[in-house]
Amino acid sequence: MSQSKELLQVSVRRGTEDESGLSTYEVPQQESQTILDVVTWIQRHREPSLSYRFACRVGMCGSCAMMVNGEPRWTCRTHVQKVLRDGRLRIEPLRNLPVIRDLVCDMTEFFDKWTRAKGVFEPTETRDDEFAAIKPSDPKRMQANAAIECINCAVCYAACDTVNLNRAYLGPAALNRAWTLANDDRDGAYYDRLAAVSESDGCMNCHSHQSCMTYCPNELNPTASIAGLKRLASLAYLKGKL
Amino acid sequence: MVDLRLYLAQRISALVMVPLVFGHLILMIYAVQNGFSADEILARTKGSLGWGLYYGLFVFAVTIHGAIGLRAILFEWFGLNKTLLNSISWAVGLVMLALGIRAVIAVVL
Repeated sequence: MSQSKELLQVSVRRGTEDESGLSTYEVPQQESQTILDVVTWIQRHREPSLSYRFACRVGMCGSCAMMVNGEPRWTCRTHVQKVLRDGRLRIEPLRNLPVIRDLVCDMTEFFDKWTRAKGVFEPTETRDDEFAAIKPSDPKRMQANAAIECINCAVCYAACDTVNLNRAYLGPAALNRAWTLANDDRDGAYYDRLAAVSESDGCMNCHSHQSCMTYCPNELNPTASIAGLKRLASLAYLKGKL
Repeated sequence: MVDLRLYLAQRISALVMVPLVFGHLILMIYAVQNGFSADEILARTKGSLGWGLYYGLFVFAVTIHGAIGLRAILFEWFGLNKTLLNSISWAVGLVMLALGIRAVIAVVL
């Protein structure tokens, strides 16, 4: 890999929820460099106390998401060249979540909402039963499959303007998870889940801005999942099931 | 802050309004073809049960749709609590309903 002499001007938000500021660093630009590479370089060479979160570095674990030049990104798979503006980068913690320190957010409320949206599979059979036979071509299975590759990175949650306006709103990730389970024939909590997701801070608050879809690094479409939940919950209500 | 019942009420009132809006627009274009006068409009609407029901339903749907929409905006922009939200939405809805019904009565009776 060739080393370029170009220097990136990188501003990183440091501090806590109550008190923070931007610190600027000059980072040598390299070929195929990712945002996570830049943050790691700063921690190793300039600021050993810089806090940030990552694990797999290959876009699977969903732990390294940050705001880059004002937009939420999975930093391990975001190339500097793709997001650089006039040789500058601004790296900040994810929007819509409390900051613990520097680039690290408290993900508690994000995952609590998965629980509130009944994101846990409720089995209807035991290990002693036969495997459930579900064809890959089953329409419900196909809808679940289209939404299932979520890595819980919270990029959609940071992108969502509805979460920004109403911090109690369940958000795209939790609702997308509920949608996959609502389409799972093996699950036994269909109406309970629809009731949970259509409470006053649930799926009905989505304005379909589609920021979740625009920024989802796995190219999922949580807006469509939420629209699906609205449809299922409305039908269940009109049938007197909710 | 929008639950299932409010969501459905707003969507169903929107469904009701769509054909009424188009009917109203078509009527407006038709009504101005031979000039435009209060007498001509009133000649069509006075004593008409049909137009009374048409615009009465329109007013009712607008009231529901507008009040719920306003409630959502008030919550998202100003973070009002539920009691305040419901009070303001009901108050605005009832004023809209009263003004609308008054207007319908004025052109029909």
